[in-house]
Amino acid sequence: MDALAEGSIAATIATAAEVLGWICVIAGAFFCLVGGIGLLRMPDMFTRMHAAGVTDTMGAGLILAGLALHEGFTLITVKLGFILLFIVFSSPTATHALSQAALAGGLTPWRKGEPRDSEVYSTGPGPSKEEKATAREEASSKG
Amino acid sequence: MLRIISLGLLLYGTWLLLSGHYDPLLLTLGALSCAAVVGVCWRMDTIDREGHPNHLTWRAPWYWVWLAWEIVKSNIDVTRRILSPSLPIDPCVTEVLATQSDDLGQVIYANWITLTPGTVAMVVVPGRIVVHALTAEGAKELEGGRMGRRVCRMMGDPA
Repeated sequence: MDALAEGSIAATIATAAEVLGWICVIAGAFFCLVGGIGLLRMPDMFTRMHAAGVTDTMGAGLILAGLALHEGFTLITVKLGFILLFIVFSSPTATHALSQAALAGGLTPWRKGEPRDSEVYSTGPGPSKEEKATAREEASSKG
Repeated sequence: MLRIISLGLLLYGTWLLLSGHYDPLLLTLGALSCAAVVGVCWRMDTIDREGHPNHLTWRAPWYWVWLAWEIVKSNIDVTRRILSPSLPIDPCVTEVLATQSDDLGQVIYANWITLTPGTVAMVVVPGRIVVHALTAEGAKELEGGRMGRRVCRMMGDPA
């Protein structure tokens, strides 16, 4: 095989890796977005944790894989691998701590048919601009 | 002793890959800091089967491949539920048996449960894990114990 053909094969592989990398990054961004939508749509803390799980497994994983494909075999790719490894070990630990804290705080998991937490805990609109302004004035006159 | 050496080599390898500098001064400084970390770990008595599980080195990666595939499958399921207009979820709390023979295996099992979207390990007590599942199917699947047996096999337990 002559040098020219060899060069074009290498170029094709590089282009393929680049395209695949972009597909991974875009797919990862999509799953991060889905995780965000899930956080807003889910009815309580425990179900929201599942939605957040989509972001830190599939979202982060695909974005890191995409960046690694973009970078090729370099030290940067190794570092991206380290990041993925740390996420894989730390995010379940954080999620577990969060659910333990929620249980210790007396939160009971939402069941089908119950109202969302925002309907239970929300106490109507917060203080208006005027009320905040008067509160600030009172506080500053005292201090 | 083997564990201490392998921890030192692992730390130094990590240091080399993260730094990317190979001049003698920095290599010596890196070696010294790795030795210091190993010394502290040794004094704290954390270089054991649990703190540095090097007996899993050759087996764990194959199970990670399987776990990654499980994570992809459950991600697609949870994504579909999140994006579906009717939000078809039916969360429930269930208890699964952790038949792994030591704490390390049970913690790995709980971590895997939490890592797959749709199931979260809420409480871990010896021998049992309380799980919050997004759907009844997810809870059933976990109660079937397929993942638990995988962890047992990875740890080399009779399952």
